[in-house]
Amino acid sequence: MEQLVKNRIKAIKKGDQNAYAEIVEIYKNKVYQLCYRMLGNRHEAEDVAQEAFIRAYINIHTYNPDMKFSSWLYRIATNLSIDRIRKKKPDFYLDAEVSGTDGLTMYSQLASTEASPEDTLESLELQEIVQKAILKLPEKYRSVIVLKYIEELSLQEISEILDLPVGTVKTRLHRGREALRKQLGHL
Amino acid sequence: MMKCPSNIIELMHNYLDEEISPQDELILRDHLHECAKCSQHFNDLKKTVAFIQHSSHLVPSDDFTAKVMARLPKEKKTIRLGRWLKKHPMITAASLFFALMMGSLLTTWNGEQQFSVSTKENLIIKGNTVIVPKGEVVNGDIVVRNGSIQIEGKVNGDVTVIHGEKHLASAGQVTGEIEEINEVFGWIWYNIKDMMKDTLETFDRE
Repeated sequence: MEQLVKNRIKAIKKGDQNAYAEIVEIYKNKVYQLCYRMLGNRHEAEDVAQEAFIRAYINIHTYNPDMKFSSWLYRIATNLSIDRIRKKKPDFYLDAEVSGTDGLTMYSQLASTEASPEDTLESLELQEIVQKAILKLPEKYRSVIVLKYIEELSLQEISEILDLPVGTVKTRLHRGREALRKQLGHL
Repeated sequence: MMKCPSNIIELMHNYLDEEISPQDELILRDHLHECAKCSQHFNDLKKTVAFIQHSSHLVPSDDFTAKVMARLPKEKKTIRLGRWLKKHPMITAASLFFALMMGSLLTTWNGEQQFSVSTKENLIIKGNTVIVPKGEVVNGDIVVRNGSIQIEGKVNGDVTVIHGEKHLASAGQVTGEIEEINEVFGWIWYNIKDMMKDTLETFDRE
C-alpha cells in the first residue's frame, strides 16, 4: 500500500495527472470524514476535502517522502478546515438547535427514557448530539480529538500532522476529552 | 471523606492514551475501587470516548474523485504532448520527418533561382532554354530548373521541368514521363517521389 502510494507520487511528480485519481480514491473517505467532523456540514466537508486534494496536487513537489503521505494530506485537510471554521460566519441555523443546554437536556431525556445506551448510539439524535459536542470544542482540541478518535491515529502521527510536540498533543487530547465528558458523559 | 490523589485525572487520561506505567495503573485501580466520584468521572470519560469512536462514518459523494480531477490545474502542455507522443511513436516519427523535410524543401524551392540542367549530353543550351536537337538521342532523364525545354529529338528517359515550360515538337519523342512543376506542392511531391525512388533503389541494390 505504502509502496503503491510512493510509486503513484513519483508518477505525479513527473506530471502524470491520471495517477492522482488513484491517490484520491485511496484517501477520499478518510479526508472527507476528517473535514466533516471538523466542520459538521456535509456540503462544506465535500468542498474542503476537494480543496485539500487540489492543494496537495499543486504542492506535491514540497511533499517530503520521509513523512507518511497520509499525514501530509491530513495536515493540509486539517489546516484548510480550521481556516474555514475561522472564516465562517456564525451559523444561526445550527446554533438555534444546539447552543442552549435546553436542547441537549431534552435530547438526553428522550434518550434515557426510550432506549438503552446501545440503541441510542444507533439513533440519529445521538449522532447529532455527538457531532454537535465535537463542534463546540475549540478547534485546537477538535482537531486532536478527530484525528485520534475518528481517524484512529497514534499520538506520534497526530504530532507529525499538526507539527506539535507529542506532549502538547497529549495535553490537548486530555482537555478535549474533559470538555466532551461535560457534554456527553451524563447521557 | 477520602482524599483523591491530585494527579488522579491525569492518570485516567494516561490510561486512555495507553501510556500509563504499571505502578500508576495500580494507583488508579485502587483509587477507583474506593472512590465513587472518581469512578464516575472515569466511566463518563470512557463512555464519551465510546460515543465519539462509534459515531457513524459518512462517505463523500460518488463523483468525488471526478470532481477533484476536473478541478485540478491543467497539466503543462509539454507534459500532455509528451505523454501523447509516447503513446503514438509512429505518428511522432512520421510528423517529425515530414516537418523537417518540408522545411528543407521550402528552403530549396525559394533558394534555387538559377538555371540548371541535369545533363549536357547531346543538348544545346540557349540562354535559359534547353534544346534537344532534331535527330539527337538523349539517353537518360533530363531535369531542367528555372528554364524551359524544347524537344525536337528523342529522349530515352523522363523529362522534368521545374519553374519553366516544356515544348514538345511534333517530331520530338520522350520515352518516359514528361512533367512540369510550377507549384510548391508539386515541388514537394516531386521530391518525395524522388526520394522514395532513391530509397527503393538503395534497398533493391542491397
